[in-house]
Amino acid sequence: MRPPESRPKPRQLTALAKVLAALSLTGALSACNTVVLNPAGDVARQQGDLVVISTLLMLLIIVPVMAATVLFAWRYRASNKEAVYQPDWDHSTQLELLIWTAPLLIIICLGALTWVTTHLLDPYRTIGRIDATTPVAANAKPLEVEVVALDWKWLFIYPEQGVATVNELVVPTGRPLQFKITSSSVMNSFYVPAMAGQIYAMPGMETRLHAVVNKPIETVGFSANYSGAGFSNMRFATHAVTEADFAKWTADVKAGTPATNGETGGNLDRAAYLELEKPSEKVPATRYATVAPNLYDAIVDMCVEPGKMCMSEMMALDARGGLGKAGIRNVEMLAYDKHGREAAATANANPNAAIQRELAWVRALCRQMPGSAPDKTVKAPANLRSLTGAGMAAPQSLPLFGKDEQALSAPKGEPVAANEAAHSSQISRN
Amino acid sequence: MTATAIKTELSQPQLQAAFYDLNEHDHPEGGSTMLGFWMYLMSDCLIFAMLFAAYGVLGGSFAAGPGPKDLFELPLVAVNTAMLLFSSITYGFAMLAMEKDKKGATQLWLLVTAVFGASFLAIELYEFANLIHEGATPMRSGFLTAFFSLVGTHGLHVTFGLVWLFTLVVQIGKKGLIPANKRRLMCLSLFWHFLDVIWIGVFTFVYLMGML
Amino acid sequence: MGRLWWDAMPQEPIVLATFVVVALGGAALVAALTYFKLWGYLWKEWFTSVDHKKIGIMYMILGLIMFLRGFADAVMMRIQQSIAFNGNEGYLNAHHYDQIFTAHGVIMIFFVAMPFVTGLMNYIVPLQIGARDVSFPFLNNFSFWMTTAGAVLVMASLFIGEFAQTGWLAYPPLSNLAYSPWVGVDYYIWALQIAGVGTLLSGVNLIATIVKMRAPGMTMMRMPIFTWTALCTNILIVAAFPVLTAVMTMLTVDRYLGFNFFTNDFGGSPMMYVNLIWIWGHPEVYILILPLFGVFSEVTATFSGKRLFGYSSMVYATLVITILSYLVWLHHFFTMGSGASVNSFFGITTMVISIPTGAKLFNWLFTMYRGRIRFDLPMMWTVAFMLTFTIGGMTGVLLAVPPADFVLHNSLFLIAHFHNVIIGGVLFGIFAAINFWWPKAFGFRLNEFWGKVSFWLWVPGFWFAFMPLYILGLMGVTRRMRVFDDPSIQIFFIIAAFGALMIAGGIGAMLVQFAVSIWKREELKDETGDPWNGRTLEWSTSSPPPEYNFAFTPIVHDIDAWEDMKRCGVERPTTGYRPIHMPKGTGTGLILAGLSTVLGFAMIWYIWWLAAVSFLGVIGYAIFHTFNYKRDYHIPVETVEATEAARTRQLAAAGA
Repeated sequence: MRPPESRPKPRQLTALAKVLAALSLTGALSACNTVVLNPAGDVARQQGDLVVISTLLMLLIIVPVMAATVLFAWRYRASNKEAVYQPDWDHSTQLELLIWTAPLLIIICLGALTWVTTHLLDPYRTIGRIDATTPVAANAKPLEVEVVALDWKWLFIYPEQGVATVNELVVPTGRPLQFKITSSSVMNSFYVPAMAGQIYAMPGMETRLHAVVNKPIETVGFSANYSGAGFSNMRFATHAVTEADFAKWTADVKAGTPATNGETGGNLDRAAYLELEKPSEKVPATRYATVAPNLYDAIVDMCVEPGKMCMSEMMALDARGGLGKAGIRNVEMLAYDKHGREAAATANANPNAAIQRELAWVRALCRQMPGSAPDKTVKAPANLRSLTGAGMAAPQSLPLFGKDEQALSAPKGEPVAANEAAHSSQISRN
Repeated sequence: MTATAIKTELSQPQLQAAFYDLNEHDHPEGGSTMLGFWMYLMSDCLIFAMLFAAYGVLGGSFAAGPGPKDLFELPLVAVNTAMLLFSSITYGFAMLAMEKDKKGATQLWLLVTAVFGASFLAIELYEFANLIHEGATPMRSGFLTAFFSLVGTHGLHVTFGLVWLFTLVVQIGKKGLIPANKRRLMCLSLFWHFLDVIWIGVFTFVYLMGML
Repeated sequence: MGRLWWDAMPQEPIVLATFVVVALGGAALVAALTYFKLWGYLWKEWFTSVDHKKIGIMYMILGLIMFLRGFADAVMMRIQQSIAFNGNEGYLNAHHYDQIFTAHGVIMIFFVAMPFVTGLMNYIVPLQIGARDVSFPFLNNFSFWMTTAGAVLVMASLFIGEFAQTGWLAYPPLSNLAYSPWVGVDYYIWALQIAGVGTLLSGVNLIATIVKMRAPGMTMMRMPIFTWTALCTNILIVAAFPVLTAVMTMLTVDRYLGFNFFTNDFGGSPMMYVNLIWIWGHPEVYILILPLFGVFSEVTATFSGKRLFGYSSMVYATLVITILSYLVWLHHFFTMGSGASVNSFFGITTMVISIPTGAKLFNWLFTMYRGRIRFDLPMMWTVAFMLTFTIGGMTGVLLAVPPADFVLHNSLFLIAHFHNVIIGGVLFGIFAAINFWWPKAFGFRLNEFWGKVSFWLWVPGFWFAFMPLYILGLMGVTRRMRVFDDPSIQIFFIIAAFGALMIAGGIGAMLVQFAVSIWKREELKDETGDPWNGRTLEWSTSSPPPEYNFAFTPIVHDIDAWEDMKRCGVERPTTGYRPIHMPKGTGTGLILAGLSTVLGFAMIWYIWWLAAVSFLGVIGYAIFHTFNYKRDYHIPVETVEATEAARTRQLAAAGA
């Protein structure tokens, strides 16, 4: 079969359409505040760039197809008797080859891009650069923030500073941030669009997120996974401030200064946490000058309540084959969500004799000390050569690769493949 | 298109004979039944696959309670397995009798099968009752949840198999070994042996691997 | 009465008003049916019928009714989201709003798209393969009523108690008893479980039909492409729905018996639910879209007046999609924290699916190439699909890139994406199919004018409704929000609401189209049985087809069997008829499904005695049914002769 005679035409159209599409896309989107494509954080910026690059890559085939659809629909309309009509033409090996290979080629490119960027932008990977031109200093210590999704507000614990906040996240600019994320009751998703992509917050488990914010901003974060009645108001103000301002803010929190329109909560000990954990909505920003040690680990371990066995201890026992029939009736010390949101705390308020016996047994059995979650962090490699094919030049047409190469063409390091193996597939701890 | 060229030379009656089945006879009833039932069994198999998967995920979550070694009694399970395997053999005899159109023998073997099936269920219920009495309820841990669900679902299938089997015994009594009943016996046969295969999986995966 | 008491009756004014309207409407309908003495007719000719054509039509009606309900939910969400700014709480409280978005998703997938797709396959497949009915006619009737039973339970939840407030997939721990204590999730579970039985059985039924009942000469590679896609869809159903059944059962025992499959404590794993439900959920998407790919193939070939380009590559593309659809489920939760290697594996498998899908699109394109395209309504919907679905496919592949998904997951961009493929693919396909096969089913064509009004309201309406959501997604706005802080985004929601309004107009125009066409059915009459110059066997028989479909089973020599027959100039035989062996109608399906509805309702409300009674009723009646051996009869040769003679006269009149 002959190739389509109208070939050159769609090609011109295609080029035109491509330019138009790219223009209209960028034009339309820059008009509104598309934080996903124009964020303040370097990680989110790379993710936003990836959205654009992938879209352009796919438009290479989408635009011709759409143009051809319109063209063929018009040209071969029944009323156009000029057009060729071949009712029995139903096969052409060349065309078949084309229609399978054209999408295949695009997907090969996109697949390669996916493999590389998924590893580079893995939320478990420590960030390798502050921005496109600044690598992370070798001795830089990330700021650690422990995040707990509660019904329906967010708790942020700053272990280094020994303070905590509710619904107020303040981070210094230009410093790597390491978030450890969990939840108290149901699944949520921790998402600050201006900073970095989201990751689920799940009870009894810990997820990680590494990010950086590059300039001072006032923005907002929220739960991106529906979690019940108060979900819509599960939003928190996020401020990125300079290192100096951050130090000042920490001092303010320690001194008990409330946020604007906010409150102070004093000391966040376990009792205060159990009170805080109860469902509530539209909670104003609250600052806690001190935090009980290990509170976050106890939350992940689901043993903040007195008399509960910590998950890590339970799992250690399970790994040794459980406690046998001796442990069969120890139910109360493990119950976490049997009673539901409302009754969670009251169950422990007035224990009866049987429960007290069991509590004594728990204390005898385990130290009720939370273990800390295993560190599943992947270290960012100093050298990205292995990602782009060791020894081969990076494809120059894709700016993303080029940028990374420039930014991180540091001395030879451990090939990334070695680190990959250490990355287990699920972060679940139970 | 080449076929068309040949066909244009045919006369109208010849064409009609080429394009219409003019001497069609009734299709034998139930021609698709075995295929359909086989597909149903495969879908059922997927349900078991999910339960096995759940057991694979939760099988080690003892929640600081008892594990397989503390709870299972292999000799009892071995007897139980033997019951189910015997019932499969006797079902096979029922099918052989059916092939020879021996109505009474078929019914007899079916009832023998039912006795073995019922013994299997009785032993399983005894095991469950013991476990629950000791406090090893499905509410106790993820492991016990997955165990009771997997074994219990199999037990429920056997129960339904028994109900079906008794229904068939009655129907054979009323109608004899007519083609419809033979087809039903074949389906139940597939079902019964299928449960046997699943049980071998349960026995290996849950009991043997749990104990050894 | 378990936990059922008067407090379960509607309390909110909106629901109460709806209840009153529905109750009055229902009473009027019952009264009208009684007054016109239609109950006997409905029972005998429809409810107990095992005729695949009637069951197919009943599925379509069920889908249409539920579509109106699901769309009403959509409109309510659009209104809420376009006014709830600047501290305005809107008009829906959280309890109500959360039920609405859950119900919208559940209804649109399970009780709109599924009945539409199943109805189409039921109606068309036996006709396309030259069969007189499906393999298991009674099961077909039973399946329909089970699906309806699920729909009845969902509708009941509107007025008695509540529906789930969990999102349409009811992730635990939120859907566990501890965090959703009342009846909402139980309605969800039992509705899906009961409807799932119907879906599974209809899947088994249609596979057996396609494998066993094809006309002589119809090899696999001569099957019409719609039948091919139907086969793949039903294979997917049989291989995916048991997973849903298993997962729902696990959630049930968690909720009812305190098991620990998905609890936070005692070693349960909520993540297991998310994995399992998507192992069903992703194939489900292809269950919905594949048959419509078949519809578009038939429509494109027919209206271009050409053989389908690349038939075998179309078949292989369908098979590849079928297989790959099981290897991509994890892309629904990249953000759960799986490793980068796992994420990229599932991302890439997802992208690979776009290759066969792209090949299909090219095949339609080259079917149009050098054709004589008649732009009747089915073809208009097909072109609209090709332009719309391409964009939806592109954003889908974009979401398959894990780092891009991290910023777009659960956002309105995602919402826009899947509405783009489900509306642009499934719904447009259903509309193309309705316009295409309506004449076959009822013997008259649909009114063009109102069809075009509907088309031109629907297609731009869709873009108005969902383009803003794409942009909102890029602005970081997440889904399932009831109130918003940022007033600058309100305008986008208002545009989206305007789009929803246009779509409402499109739906209205479509209902008018149906009404006008029925009104003017004599003018629109299809005398020939082949109004579009069709290519496959369903067009070879009369419109509507007789109960037995074909007086003589056709013999197939080519892919487009009817086109081949027309080309060879075969005349329809008019003598030599024989009695035709057909299955007999039965009320068992309806009775069993009715008992199952009662069982589900009793379980939802913890009315244990009623649950026990209805369960025993289901088992007992099923056993009772197996004692009925007389399930078929012969249509006497005189009846066949009379029917065919009438057709001969009709054809002669049309030809003259």
